[in-house]
Amino acid sequence: MITITKQKPLEEILPSLGKGKKVYIIGCGTCATICHTGGKAEVLEMKEKLEAEGKKVTGWMVIPTACDELTREALAENAEAIEQADAILVMSCAFGVQTVTMYSDKAVYPALNTLFVGKEETPGHFIEVCMQCGNCVLATTVGICPLVRCAKSLLNGPCGGSVDGKCEVSPDTPCAWQLIYDRLKALGQLDKMEEIVPVRDWSTSTSGGPRRFVLTDETND
Amino acid sequence: MKAGTNLEKVLESGRFAVTAEAGPPKGTSAAVMQRKAEALRHCCDAANVTDNQTAIVRMSSLAGCVIMKQGGVDPVMQIVCRDRNRIAIQSDVLGAVALGIGNILCLSGDHQMFGNHPTAKNVFDIDSIQLIQALKAMRDEQKFLCGDDISGEVPLFIGAVANPYADPFEFRVARLAKKVKAGAEFIQTQAVYDIDKFAKWMEMVVERGLDKQTHILAGVIPIKSAGMARYMRDYVSGVTVPDELVTRMEQAQDTKVEGAKVAVEIIEQVKEIPGIHGVHIMAVGWEDIVPEIVKQAGLLPRPVL
Ligand code: SF4
Ligand code: SF4
Repeated sequence: MITITKQKPLEEILPSLGKGKKVYIIGCGTCATICHTGGKAEVLEMKEKLEAEGKKVTGWMVIPTACDELTREALAENAEAIEQADAILVMSCAFGVQTVTMYSDKAVYPALNTLFVGKEETPGHFIEVCMQCGNCVLATTVGICPLVRCAKSLLNGPCGGSVDGKCEVSPDTPCAWQLIYDRLKALGQLDKMEEIVPVRDWSTSTSGGPRRFVLTDETND
Repeated sequence: MKAGTNLEKVLESGRFAVTAEAGPPKGTSAAVMQRKAEALRHCCDAANVTDNQTAIVRMSSLAGCVIMKQGGVDPVMQIVCRDRNRIAIQSDVLGAVALGIGNILCLSGDHQMFGNHPTAKNVFDIDSIQLIQALKAMRDEQKFLCGDDISGEVPLFIGAVANPYADPFEFRVARLAKKVKAGAEFIQTQAVYDIDKFAKWMEMVVERGLDKQTHILAGVIPIKSAGMARYMRDYVSGVTVPDELVTRMEQAQDTKVEGAKVAVEIIEQVKEIPGIHGVHIMAVGWEDIVPEIVKQAGLLPRPVL
């Protein structure tokens, strides 16, 4: 599982940095490195681009895992160069951006779009398989998530747009419900498709404010 | 009688029903809907008013239904799950009933990427089968989805759609069964062009006895031009248009006359298929042709019940 990111266009990054001339760049050695969006090579490339646009880069670092607690220490170790900057540009997923925000008083800006939490299907091809809905239905859908993989998050089988195994939205997207159907058929459990799945409780995925969870002794009872 | 609408009366009396479709305008003109009502009034038992079909913003189905009703046509309000959550949908249903609308058709809805607001956020809070269930509970138990009581009656005649041409083919009958179990009292199918496949599907439907539990109306989309035939074949998801039909339209002298003729032939053929209780003619943007098709198919006059 990695967080899939894509670089924002420079035309969006530059104005977001505002008038500030001096920038400190932070990359991430984990997901953003795998995605080739915020590893050492990309950080250095960004440094060049910013300098070409008249910015001064006061320093840079690639934190092993930007979303980790150790980011606080990395920021402290590099406090001098960071202090000189007007802004920090973070080339990690939004978790890393927000972690830096938590531990620094500087203005922090994202250089990447966080697309989704996914997996690498084949080299360079990433796919979303779970949106952390908080109320997993994989038990009834034989391990294939309809919430994410069906374009309409349907729970009661394929819509009328499913043709030749493809989703109506794109010939490149398999219909999630065809996948589920085929697997249920192979397992001799097609009767599961006949049951009506009642309306879903979405409050676990879209409650007010950030979702939180506290570990307690009873958590896993 | 569940709602006592004209459509329900015709179907429950065992007559062969004719429904049509009226697409609301991309604007504010009531006159456009009035004209459609005028064109359809004498040739169909009810008319569906689409709900932002293919995700293109149009006058709301609810408003369109009211105008159709004022124009003397029994309206079928379409509701898609794409744009509204359970709160908005239930509220619209209450409003529809208050305004005298009794037929509601439940659909998932085309994905917004096909429409004119592809950057919109979709909803899909509930799906079409859950929507049918919700309407049934509103009517039979006078309860909202949350379990709270509804004040007043909610007389509804509940409909749904079925697409025999979508995949997996074998599941299409099971999906219909789910809709019937959820509470669908009438079904309008996707446009039929490939009669053999449709007949095969209906055979399976009859085998399961579903034709006895719901009224199935075969969908018919009259084709206006060779270009439309090609477009439907190549780009409309979930529709199967055989190549022979495209060729026939390409060779036709007058494509409109030919298109109407094809529609009549389809109606005549589906009428003979056991278990079919009516036809649903979707001539969106070409409503004027519907009276002619219904007449040629020998389905006029429509019963007055
Ligand atoms: S149902 Fe889908 S989105 Fe929800 S937890 Fe399971 S895999 Fe993730
Ligand atoms: S075609 Fe399949 S994946 Fe696409 S929206 Fe319909 S059911 Fe979902």
